Amino acid sequence: MTNTTIGGPAAANENAVQRFIRALELDTRMLGMLVALVVIWVGFDIASGVMRPGSGGLFGGSFLTPRNLWILLVQTTVIAVMTTGMVLVIVLRQIDLSVGSMLSVVAVATGVLQVFELGPMLGVGHPVIWLAAVVFAIALGSAIGFVNGVLIAYGQIPSFIVTLGGLIAFSGTAFLIASGVTVAPMDKTFKLFGGNGPAASIGPIWSWVLGAAVCVMIVIMIVMSRRRRIHFKFATKPIWAEFLTGIVGCAAVLGITAVVNAYPYPPRVAERFALDNGIPIPPGVEDRAGTDICMAGEKVVSCLDGLSFATGYPIPVLITLAVAVTMTFIARRTRFGRYVFATGGNPEAAELAGVNTKWLTVKVFTLMGALVGISAIIASARLDAATTALGTLNELYVIAAAVIGGTSLAGGIGTIYGAIAGALLMQSLQSGMALLNVDSAYTNILVGGVLVLAVFVDQLYRRRVN
Amino acid sequence: MTTESMSAETAARGAPLVEMRDVSIAFGGIKAVDHASLDLYPGEVVGLLGHNGAGKSTLIKVLSGAYKRDAGTILVDGREAEINNPRDAKALGIETIYQTLALADNVDAAANLYLGRELRTRWGTLDDIAMEAACREVMGRLNPNFRRFKEPVKSLSGGQRQSVAIARAIHFNARILIMDEPTAALGPQETAQVGELIKQLKAQGIGIFLISHDIHDVFDLADRLTVMKNGRVVGSARVADVTKDEVLGMIIMGKVPPGAVPGPGAI
Repeated sequence: MTNTTIGGPAAANENAVQRFIRALELDTRMLGMLVALVVIWVGFDIASGVMRPGSGGLFGGSFLTPRNLWILLVQTTVIAVMTTGMVLVIVLRQIDLSVGSMLSVVAVATGVLQVFELGPMLGVGHPVIWLAAVVFAIALGSAIGFVNGVLIAYGQIPSFIVTLGGLIAFSGTAFLIASGVTVAPMDKTFKLFGGNGPAASIGPIWSWVLGAAVCVMIVIMIVMSRRRRIHFKFATKPIWAEFLTGIVGCAAVLGITAVVNAYPYPPRVAERFALDNGIPIPPGVEDRAGTDICMAGEKVVSCLDGLSFATGYPIPVLITLAVAVTMTFIARRTRFGRYVFATGGNPEAAELAGVNTKWLTVKVFTLMGALVGISAIIASARLDAATTALGTLNELYVIAAAVIGGTSLAGGIGTIYGAIAGALLMQSLQSGMALLNVDSAYTNILVGGVLVLAVFVDQLYRRRVN
Repeated sequence: MTTESMSAETAARGAPLVEMRDVSIAFGGIKAVDHASLDLYPGEVVGLLGHNGAGKSTLIKVLSGAYKRDAGTILVDGREAEINNPRDAKALGIETIYQTLALADNVDAAANLYLGRELRTRWGTLDDIAMEAACREVMGRLNPNFRRFKEPVKSLSGGQRQSVAIARAIHFNARILIMDEPTAALGPQETAQVGELIKQLKAQGIGIFLISHDIHDVFDLADRLTVMKNGRVVGSARVADVTKDEVLGMIIMGKVPPGAVPGPGAI
């Protein structure tokens, strides 16, 4: 046995680092992932700096620039939203292989609805269109997930088979709905969910307001948790640990806010924005806007001196954050979430304790479908088109992100934040390799290898802890 | 002992908590339980004995709602009870400690204690801190040395897991307690603790079914015993009226001694 017994005699043998981690109640697994993420980011920045010096990154490359990080966040959203649902599916000892094809179906059907049906009926740009499209996408995703869940729970067909069938069948369905064509363009309000263009971000002021609000929330949560612990006379964290948690949490939130606020609109977009809003363009700006120098990293700011608009948080990232918070709340604070974890840990015990595990399975797959609906909105809005190619192979990335993030395929174990970090890690690899002009074939080999390596390291870690 | 004297005695103890009459259940043509009848009075421990596969666990799972009977009636407090799932049984005050303990291994003691009937705050969210507080209170009575409240029950010892399972059964004012091989996974000291606990619960007027294939356990703890063989009841007796050898004869050969009341499975 290793020294993990809380309050046991082994506690005396802990070294300073272990005591520090225990006082903070840190998830050491998550800490390891964050370290891996930082190593990957710094590595790509240095490597890209060697290839193209002077790109303005933190270590001389083009990876750790506000522009790249901002894009990285947006690119992660589609997979990140779906992986939060996949965590619950896998924790329940199930799998959903159909999410990629389901995304195609939902995106294409939603595209057809807004472009071919509602557009001509209500007039292009009518405010009902985007609202109807959003509701429709989430409802359709939920409905497909519901059917999956019923077949698995009540039809007693293994989820691997049901969703493998779905993977194949839904891609055919998407092709039929689209009649093989690309459905475009999306409604102009609907497009904002993709994060393209000035209006699709909330701007620097609201970003700071949001960052500050989240910061305040963190502090309130720490205080409330401490109060309740004291009320029930439980052991509390040392006061320095509470402060450190709050400070690090706030610093992280405000740091990310600073990064997204440091990314200005690309020159052309800024110019357009200025023209549209009657902001005078300083002399000399037009001459240089759009040149190669202007496109590269921080030089955009100096290039457009006097004409620089920060973007702030893009809407898809805000949606993803909202999904992450909601799903974490569902997983940890609701009875539904408790049942998902308990059932994943021991289905028989949950059943005997009175949990309706069949209905629970239906609910989890329905929730997965709703999240696929949200991802379908983001993906088609980002592309400004709905094609059957959207979502291809996404099921594998979604499952990989959940597994890299520490979700155990044996069931019962997994966290939402871990899975999102897993999605970010995978996207970082893909985006970094693209920055280094590496062929996508090699990128796939790397991502696949990292998946296997992550699970291997996780096994070693768990064996040491237990 | 005659049937008359037994019913005279039962009259003195009031109405039975549970009466199972002619309960049958079959799995794919095999009669796991065949017209079994069993009763239990307040403050009484009834031992249920038999070989592996004799049908004792199956019979008791009918009562706890894990299986649905094919035929027969169950009366709780003299009223016919409809038990279709574990929730129905719990609503009637029937709690079960399964042989496998039936714990969700990946969550902590408090989550297991309240699994299926979580405490919630006024916003409908889980009230984990209140559940932990209650868990500390009940575990403090059952197993004062227990400290590992934050760990998944997977990492606990056999005895600690057992006390979590027992805590879950008695915390919700159970009136009828079913213990399926409660000491199978325990050391001698922990077995003695369970024995003490059974005596405490008896004193509180709780009726207990004790399923065991250890005849010594039953003679130590039970007031009456019922023996099953091949899905049928061989016979029932007061512990004081039979010897261990006679009970062994009932278990192995289905031979009913003079001190016992024969059932349908008797030869």
